[in-house]
Amino acid sequence: MSDKADILVIGMGNVLMQDEGVGVCAAEALENRYDLPPNVEVVDGGTTGTELMAFLRDRPHVIMADAVNTGAQAGTLVRLSGDEVPAFFQTKISSHQLGVSDLLGLLTLQNEAPGDVVIIGMVPYQLENKLGLSEQTLARIDAMVAMLVDELARLGVKATPKANPTRGYWERQAHMGESASCV
Amino acid sequence: MTRRITVDPVTRIEGHLRIDVEVGDDGKVSKAWSSGQMWRGIEKILVGRDPREAWLFTQRFCGVCTTVHAITSVRAVENAIGLEIPVNAQLIRNIIQCAHAVQDHIVHFYHLSAVDWVDVVSALDADPVAASKLAESLSGWHGNGVVEMKATQERLKAFVANGQLGPFASGFWGHPAMKLSPEVNLMAVAHYLQALEIQNYANKIVAILGGKTPHIQNMAVGGVSNSVNLDSQSVLNLERLMMIKAWIEKLDDFVKSVYMTDVPAVGSFYLDWAGYGSGVTDYLSVPDCPQDPKGTVFDLPGGYISGGDLATFKPITSYNDPFFRDGVAESSKHAWYEGDKTLHPWDGETEPKYDDFNDEGQYSWIKAPTFYGKRAQVGPLSNVLCMVASGHEGATKYLNNAIDIIKAVSGASDIPLAALHSTIGRHAARSIRCGVMLDTLHAQWQKLVDNIGKGDTDTFNPPSFPKGVVKGYGFHEAPRGTLSHWVVIEDGKIKNYQAVVPSTWNAGPRDENDAPGPYEASLMDNPVADPENPLEVLRTVHSFDPCIACAVHMVDTEQNEIVKVKAL
Repeated sequence: MSDKADILVIGMGNVLMQDEGVGVCAAEALENRYDLPPNVEVVDGGTTGTELMAFLRDRPHVIMADAVNTGAQAGTLVRLSGDEVPAFFQTKISSHQLGVSDLLGLLTLQNEAPGDVVIIGMVPYQLENKLGLSEQTLARIDAMVAMLVDELARLGVKATPKANPTRGYWERQAHMGESASCV
Repeated sequence: MTRRITVDPVTRIEGHLRIDVEVGDDGKVSKAWSSGQMWRGIEKILVGRDPREAWLFTQRFCGVCTTVHAITSVRAVENAIGLEIPVNAQLIRNIIQCAHAVQDHIVHFYHLSAVDWVDVVSALDADPVAASKLAESLSGWHGNGVVEMKATQERLKAFVANGQLGPFASGFWGHPAMKLSPEVNLMAVAHYLQALEIQNYANKIVAILGGKTPHIQNMAVGGVSNSVNLDSQSVLNLERLMMIKAWIEKLDDFVKSVYMTDVPAVGSFYLDWAGYGSGVTDYLSVPDCPQDPKGTVFDLPGGYISGGDLATFKPITSYNDPFFRDGVAESSKHAWYEGDKTLHPWDGETEPKYDDFNDEGQYSWIKAPTFYGKRAQVGPLSNVLCMVASGHEGATKYLNNAIDIIKAVSGASDIPLAALHSTIGRHAARSIRCGVMLDTLHAQWQKLVDNIGKGDTDTFNPPSFPKGVVKGYGFHEAPRGTLSHWVVIEDGKIKNYQAVVPSTWNAGPRDENDAPGPYEASLMDNPVADPENPLEVLRTVHSFDPCIACAVHMVDTEQNEIVKVKAL
């Protein structure tokens, strides 16, 4: 544990499927727009599974950005915490339920579960095989990033806006695509 | 009365696969359909892009096989422009892919498919002393002691008491097809937990060479971006190489003392499953772990075997071997795409045309690949058979070891090679291959250290792209089998890109001649004791290690019903 940052912000999702990748895009935007202290680690988890175990193990705080399907209308932003997190996975609201839920279950079995897990999620609009977020999600992404910043603040961490914000890899790539863009 | 069973989705791994079977009065499968339930058009995203960056996109095809698609993509582009790469780059890629394969095989057995055979809940009734004695009779692994068995049982008890079955929630506990004693079950659960720790060492190897995890950053068309300097603090140096060596040793210990023992030992109680699940016995695998800049010398052989007869083995000999290049085609006759043509991947089309699930017509988003007009099974079983057919020493040795363990545990006097053409045979082959991959991993590491020691630190040859059209392909013997990427480049930009993935070979629907695919053929005559809980169907499908995430992606979150049984 010694060399790990206390707080892990992890973006989950498939960037090749429009809004499915909203979690990755939000985490990428957070990292590119804000200066974060060294006790915050930002990871692009994509749709991976077992590789994330080492990131999650015994981590005091995990903030996960993800696309969610709560049954609410598209664009709805949610914050799930405490008992809502395992429930979130059990009812298969997340597309990546199998990988991450298995990991959290197994870490619990091993007494190595993260201290707390908070999910910041958005209900997606478009899930086609295209690079970049839909126009509608783009209009909501700032709000999602703001929720991540609030979440950090709740943990006593100040995210300072960068003087010269940059654009991440997926954001830049999306601009080469048709009309869509990632952030 | 014939009953139709639909399993949708076939879970435990990301992706969306639907299996339909008809079960007759004799309780056996008489018809089977394998269907990918979501359209995959990911390759279209690559059109117009820089071929040097294609791998960054292809490694996002799938959450399980990221590195696999990265490596195959750069190979395809290098093949298109005739670019050779430095030996160090081949070896670094080989280390990454071997480590990934070891990790993937361990996780498949213990965490994705063991629960088809191991009754986790039954482990609560085991006598830990007896379980330890049994485990110690199989191997000298340090994690087989009474203390470990007791601790495992206590943890499991607390976990189950919590009402939180988590990863075990989808198991078929108490199913009549479960045959292991509580003690064998407890041993398997203990190893399940130990495997979870061990597999992480493989991830560390990939991460330290890949530069970043979970998505590697060190691939490049022309080699790898790792700088090599044994004395530098910031690049691939001696300290890091020695760390990798230590992690390989840890993996080696577990795989050879535990995984390669558990599979034949557990398999001994399920020898009836050597009689089910053969299906397509034409086997395809490709050579891998190239040793020279061109890709003509390989540490791991591959090729084609017809009708399960090892004497028919024909090797694939290089990255430019026309035997592979000209043999691959994909049929969309039974898939939801425009037209019903059978096309070579360079000419492949991906225009969707959805219709209902038509038993005799189109019923899948996955196309049906063929090798010279015939279906082929891919995966560790194909690979092991090809290696044995070509006289590969390690594969032959480990196959014999596995047979010896089965004989000792089951008391069977003879286990014929034909037993491998089966559901349980695919598991056995995967554990055998895992041993081969570990030996190969050791060898790649040593060769890299030796080559650097000679003063060769080259890792990259810069690519250049000609005007006009060039075509290339790259292949890789991935954990799930033969993977190939096919690229057409025009004026330095991608014009067409097709990935023919292992699960497409195995999970594809009927082909242009209406011949069933490997999943479908393997399910024929499988017994189904309880149609509401078709564990046997899952056993055979899971034995292929399905990963439909890249064959097709996307999960239908509204889909709650898993098994539907209909009387016909």
